[in-house]
Amino acid sequence: MKRFSAFRLFGRFFPGYKRYYGIAVAATVCNIILMFLAPQIVRFTVDGVIGQDPAALPGVVQFLAGVSPVRALLASAGMIVLLIILAGMFSYISRIHIGKGTEGVIRSLRDTLFAHVQKLPFRWHTKTLTGDIIQRCTSDVEVLHSFLSTQLVDVIRTLALIITATVLMFSMNVPLALFAFGFIPIVVAYSAIFYGRIASKFHTADVAEGALMVRVQENLTGVRVVKAFGREQFELEKFHEKNNAFAKAWIDMGYLLGIYWGLGDIVTGLQTMGVVVIGTYLTVTGQMTLGALIAFISYSQILTWPVRNLGRTLSEMSQSSVSATRLQEILDAEPEEEPADAKRPDMAKDICFDHVRFSYQDTEVLHDLNFTIPQGSVFGILGGTGSGKSTITYLLTRLYDLEPGCGTITIGGVDIADIDRRYLRQQVGLVLQEPFLFSKTIAENIAIAKGNADLREIRRVTKVADVDENIMGFAKGYDTIVGERGVTLSGGQKQRVAIARTLLIDAPILIFDDSLSAVDMETDAKIQKALRDNTGGATVILISHRVSTLMHADQILVLDDGRQAELGNHKTLIEQGGIYSRVYKLQSETEEGGQANGTL
Amino acid sequence: MERYDVSAPQKFSFATWKKLWPFLKPVKKRFIMAMALILLAALVDVVLPLFTMFAVDLFIVPETTDGLGVFSAVYLAAIALQGALTIFFFRHCMVVEMEMGRQMKIACFTHLQKLSLTYYNQTPVGYILARVMSDTDRISGIVAWSVISFFWDLLYMIGIVIAMLILNWRLALIVIAVVPVIAGISLFFKSKMLKVNRDIRATNAKIVGLYNEGITGAKTTKTLVIEDKVVEEFSDVTRTFYQTNLRAVRLTAVFAPLLVLVGSLAMALVLFYGGFLVMEDVILLGTLSVFLSYTLVILEPVQQMARRFTDFISAQVNIERVTDLLAQEPGITDTQEVEAKYGDIFTPKRENWEPIQGDITFQDIWFMYPDGDEYVLEEFSLDIPAGTTVAIVGRTGAGKSTLVNLACRFFEPTRGKVLIDGRDYKERSQLWLQSRLGYVLQNPHLFSGTVMENIRYGKLDATDEEVYAAAKLVSADRVVEKLEQGYDTQVGEGGDRLSTGEKQLISFARAVLANPPIFVLDEATSSIDTETEGLIQEAISHILTGRTSFIIAHRLSTIRHADVILVVEEGKIVEQGTHEQLLAQKGHYHGLYTTMMLQAETGMEGFLLDG
Repeated sequence: MKRFSAFRLFGRFFPGYKRYYGIAVAATVCNIILMFLAPQIVRFTVDGVIGQDPAALPGVVQFLAGVSPVRALLASAGMIVLLIILAGMFSYISRIHIGKGTEGVIRSLRDTLFAHVQKLPFRWHTKTLTGDIIQRCTSDVEVLHSFLSTQLVDVIRTLALIITATVLMFSMNVPLALFAFGFIPIVVAYSAIFYGRIASKFHTADVAEGALMVRVQENLTGVRVVKAFGREQFELEKFHEKNNAFAKAWIDMGYLLGIYWGLGDIVTGLQTMGVVVIGTYLTVTGQMTLGALIAFISYSQILTWPVRNLGRTLSEMSQSSVSATRLQEILDAEPEEEPADAKRPDMAKDICFDHVRFSYQDTEVLHDLNFTIPQGSVFGILGGTGSGKSTITYLLTRLYDLEPGCGTITIGGVDIADIDRRYLRQQVGLVLQEPFLFSKTIAENIAIAKGNADLREIRRVTKVADVDENIMGFAKGYDTIVGERGVTLSGGQKQRVAIARTLLIDAPILIFDDSLSAVDMETDAKIQKALRDNTGGATVILISHRVSTLMHADQILVLDDGRQAELGNHKTLIEQGGIYSRVYKLQSETEEGGQANGTL
Repeated sequence: MERYDVSAPQKFSFATWKKLWPFLKPVKKRFIMAMALILLAALVDVVLPLFTMFAVDLFIVPETTDGLGVFSAVYLAAIALQGALTIFFFRHCMVVEMEMGRQMKIACFTHLQKLSLTYYNQTPVGYILARVMSDTDRISGIVAWSVISFFWDLLYMIGIVIAMLILNWRLALIVIAVVPVIAGISLFFKSKMLKVNRDIRATNAKIVGLYNEGITGAKTTKTLVIEDKVVEEFSDVTRTFYQTNLRAVRLTAVFAPLLVLVGSLAMALVLFYGGFLVMEDVILLGTLSVFLSYTLVILEPVQQMARRFTDFISAQVNIERVTDLLAQEPGITDTQEVEAKYGDIFTPKRENWEPIQGDITFQDIWFMYPDGDEYVLEEFSLDIPAGTTVAIVGRTGAGKSTLVNLACRFFEPTRGKVLIDGRDYKERSQLWLQSRLGYVLQNPHLFSGTVMENIRYGKLDATDEEVYAAAKLVSADRVVEKLEQGYDTQVGEGGDRLSTGEKQLISFARAVLANPPIFVLDEATSSIDTETEGLIQEAISHILTGRTSFIIAHRLSTIRHADVILVVEEGKIVEQGTHEQLLAQKGHYHGLYTTMMLQAETGMEGFLLDG
């Protein structure tokens, strides 16, 4: 099953590029054949020209040389150069096509992975670890890259080498060829078995390295604990233990690798020696020519390295099937798909929550919510951290879907479960409490959802969000780059940029999820007013824990631990004397207190 | 980390390499041994092709098999010697690599233990980790393998040149003439490659960054419906990556055949001129054949040397990074007199340590963070008698930990003094104070290992019974018992396998076991289930009894019970007093308090201060 998924991955990305690999393989074979002809030239030069046996010369050389041995030598030398130039051209063609094929496959793999991750449901994102996914999308892709660019080609090349060598060597001398070829399976098997064994040692060393890494990392992340308990000496001892284990694992490996390479040297040395000694005997006894022997020795030397590598490559190739499987797992996750009949109704309508219940990780976090938000009204939700207010926004944008039987949310009577997700999200402008800005310029960040917006439009919304002045204060103004590579914005600035970003799309429904929590009350009020004046007929949902943010709303919902505790407007809720009125009292006292102090 | 590659040096700098001496010194014998082995190996490698020559000249041309047995035996011995040399060479090189890496890692780690929190606050863990792990690995790998192999290349090349000169100097000159050409081509291509590789790394870093953004920003991307745009931008970068990679492919596609071509030119010349010499009876046929072999093999060491040389240059960046880390000044140091009396962090002289009562006095403190540009404390004074509980409240990022950092001597005051039991704490060693602190972090850090080991971190020689008793005191035993393997449960990296509440209780137990006279608690802001929350509240009240304690508080009950409450805003202490006094003031504290009340009213377990 695992191997099967590796094939599926390649089956998906490979076909578009097989032409490149076809050309590359053909060019590789031509290159190898040409390379193998060079020793043949040496052979007839030695036998025919130097050994003065014209019969050993091919017709071309006889024709070119006439009777002059010097011209014959020159012809041979010229042929070698010609041969290598041709071989070089094929080698170039082969490498370029392998490069194009590999880079093409890998690029489309990367693009597909990225696009797929973007399309996966939000629930998938909350369940997976960012580090793990990034690791797969980078390291595992890298493994496949080296499989395609080197390992695959190495194997094909070595096989072509072996086949060409077989033909030529057997045509020159059968017994010697039998001897030389007897070593190939031995060498391949030897290195495959050894690398198989070493793989487990590598694993031990990797584990030791991982353990050391964790040790150092834990010491660094826990530095405050280490210092607070004065445990530096203890830490050092634990570090020594892992550091020594790591060094020892690799030194052990060095012993094993040494033996592997040493024995490998001996085996291939024996092969060459056998060819030389047996070949000498055969030549002396007249069973082969000296030129043939020299060519033979060249061939067995050309074969040495690729054959030694073949075993290693074969054992390393299994790694790539593991990586392919890990990537296929990502691609197998179900993306958000819209049915063909997904609706795209007019969204400037009433929003209705009908017996909505929602569970997250087996715990019910929203309990039976029932309310209607009339089109064009301002709806406030009051609640503390963990009261379930953000979940409401996830449901409204279908980042989470309601389970069947857990109530419905409708907009203008249409169940949002039937509405196209992308359409729905375009119509519902959501500003998050901790907004994410991309590492681009501020202008690009604001215009990101709108395709093209000119600076005038952008500044119109940043003025509403009261952040224009701040932005103009940066040296590069709207061209300031945000994030790690540029300016770090404060939490309040980020929130206001995010508000501007959402305002720019002119959505009929706007949700502000605690999105002014990091700005002071005065600015909050100022933005509130600007928003009221600039959002036209949009339905606005305000979520906050500040009564002052919500008190002017047409309706206010008070959430208590996921329950709909109170619903009404400011006046009726105050009269009710429940949570809202208590909170209001506390907070208005605070504000008075703050004003008395002149700071808040 | 790409910014470091931009300044990558382009020239070989001996001064940089000299800095490695302290780490190479312990293995210098091994290093020399490996060099000697490689010298021998190069010699054998030069000799091996000569066997073909002898075979031709001794047996084939005279047409005799006399002595073929002896010849085979000598040949066999040479091969066996080569194999043995390889085995020992590998061992020595690996030991040099690992031992040198080990020494460098020890130096880094030991030095890191001495660095102050300022350094850790300013430097990402990932960055430090890369210095300690990858940079040291790369340096020791290069020294052990590349430097030593560079000598093999050099000796092998020189050996071949000498052998050829002895056999026939005129023919040798043809081959030797090729060497600088190959070296030149190789150096040219490798330095071009270095640049392309840098571009590849830069683009690769961009791709990783985009993956990171694409995944962590998924919520935003989805709600703004900009998936297509983000995907398209990603595709633009992979297109650049594709092109840059192809540049590298083209370079090697030209480079590799070009080298072979130059080599074959030399071979053609050797065949032509050598063949002529054989016909003129100047050299033997076997000599020609060995020349042909040498011409083929001399390519390898020459281009390897070019490659290794570029490796050396790029490794200088790694060396600089490691030596920079080692040159980092520890921010807070003990004076020599203090160290002489109290010992250093690795070899404390506990017999000279006075006990701590727990009276803490801040005396006219002025404080500015080393990376700040403004005083956050100006002439601050506060007397905290032993056993007092001080609660520090304020919004996230308001600078609540400043006072704690000063009290623990993670930072020292810019001006003024902190007195412990009436004496300036600079008169004692850092360890004297810090090893007597109980410190529980907001998101407590546990080390991978068992629960037992983690609690014992508070007192390394504690018996199992002492550990159980400490756990019981803070009710940690109740959660530990619920774990599958009790005290033997593995907590995972950083304590990941436990919930925040469980981690907190275990870290309480760890602190209690140390029985510290001074206790610091940074309360958790995250929600914890009601039951554990109850246990924690109980534990805190146990711990506070009889100790001087600082609490960075988020919970109403903790704050109400404090002896002194300090309110921090924008890094400064704006109010100070008891709960009742501060409420009556109707200032900042009153505002914070009411926000918390709202949380208590409407949140699940909310009593958080963070907005």
